[in-house]
Amino acid sequence: MERGRRVPAWVLGLLAVSLAAQIAWHAGHSPLSHAHASLPPAPPPEVLRLADLGEDPAAARLVMLYLQGFDLRGLDYHHLTGWLRDALALDPRSAYPLFAAARVFAETSDPAASRLALEFVYEAFARDPDRRWPWLAQAALLAKHRLKDLPLARRYAAAIRLETRSPDVPAWAKEMEAIVLEDMNELEAAKIVLGGLLEHGDLKDPNERRFLERRLEELEKRVK
Amino acid sequence: MPPAAGLARLILVEARRGGLPWLAAACLAVGLGLAAFLSQVALIETRELQLAIVAAWLRACAVFLVAAFVATRTLREIDDKTLELLLALPVGRPAQYLGRLAGFALCGAALATAFALPLLLWAAPGAVLAWGFSLACETALVAAAALFFAMTLVQPVPAIATTAGLYLLGRSIAALQALTAGGPMGEDSLAGQVARAVLAAVAFLLPRLDEATRSEWLLYGAPPAMAYAAAVGSVVLYLVVVTAAGLFDFARKEP
Repeated sequence: MERGRRVPAWVLGLLAVSLAAQIAWHAGHSPLSHAHASLPPAPPPEVLRLADLGEDPAAARLVMLYLQGFDLRGLDYHHLTGWLRDALALDPRSAYPLFAAARVFAETSDPAASRLALEFVYEAFARDPDRRWPWLAQAALLAKHRLKDLPLARRYAAAIRLETRSPDVPAWAKEMEAIVLEDMNELEAAKIVLGGLLEHGDLKDPNERRFLERRLEELEKRVK
Repeated sequence: MPPAAGLARLILVEARRGGLPWLAAACLAVGLGLAAFLSQVALIETRELQLAIVAAWLRACAVFLVAAFVATRTLREIDDKTLELLLALPVGRPAQYLGRLAGFALCGAALATAFALPLLLWAAPGAVLAWGFSLACETALVAAAALFFAMTLVQPVPAIATTAGLYLLGRSIAALQALTAGGPMGEDSLAGQVARAVLAAVAFLLPRLDEATRSEWLLYGAPPAMAYAAAVGSVVLYLVVVTAAGLFDFARKEP
């Protein structure tokens, strides 16, 4: 068998030293992280469409993975909601941006930032209420319990009641407004909402109907 | 066996011996590894995330492998003077050209099948079938374009670069047009009007590849039959255009 030519020793040495230097260089650097970097402003969705070469659903999800890498503290929520809008524009059927806004980004300790995330959910809900109501319901709960902002919670809950049309939307979601109104001590308004639900709401479950009727009776007693 | 079929078979044998199946297997392994990684980082929609990213990766791999294989194989045939030898045979030039193209298109179809099958892990068979067939048509178009440019430009880098340019423009022209329709370019200024007119003229000469092999089909179900036929039909129509241009050029080639 013919043997190859001998490699000069200095070439072998160069290869070994450069490889060792490469490994040492990487060992001295921590993995790339943008957790503490500032989030840049979001580009228009058309620019992302141009960059993704028609793979919009993949780009939408990559945007979400990119956003997940940031630390919530100190994050610019105006920029963040711009990116979330982009992700939703790239794939309007994806629930990822709404989930992240309502369940991750809105749960920050900064109430102003939380409100921005919740407003993004409210704004997105208006464009497709029958598909996006679960995230607005979550937003209403956050507004009520975390932000203690009952008028905001009522606004979200009222939107679910008024704007959803699909029979798949459960009655409890439509009843949220009445519960919030009760908490606001606006008993008369809660009574009207519950009465309206019983009269016009598509309540198929007899137990649920009985529960609401009992609730309405209790409210009527309290109003008197 | 007709000469064209023999030529097609020869290309398939060469693809097998040249390591194309191993490259395809490597692409699949990377895709599946990517899917496993993504399943760990997704908060929700894990299936959708895996499907969208892996489908995009496999589509890009299929197109690149076909374009590189067609261009390098054709240019080697020209450099080795095998083409001259074949041109001297008593076989019609259209049959020779179409035989080659059929071989390359079959390689593309085999890659599309191999790349579509793992997607059955996450998507419905009907959607995968629609995606896979569209990818086979897309790779056939890429093969036709690479064959045409390799025969015409007779250099590997220009042949691969022009094929890639045509493909990328085909996939991004609609987004470019949308970009110029809004923002400062969307205003009724002379520059905006000129930009829009130029892009519209370029779009007339390009395939609408952004409409083909869409990952939405895998995520949300196969498209309506008419929309699907329009998307795949436009790719096939452009394949015929490029093939006709290639036949014209090949018929005029000096032995």
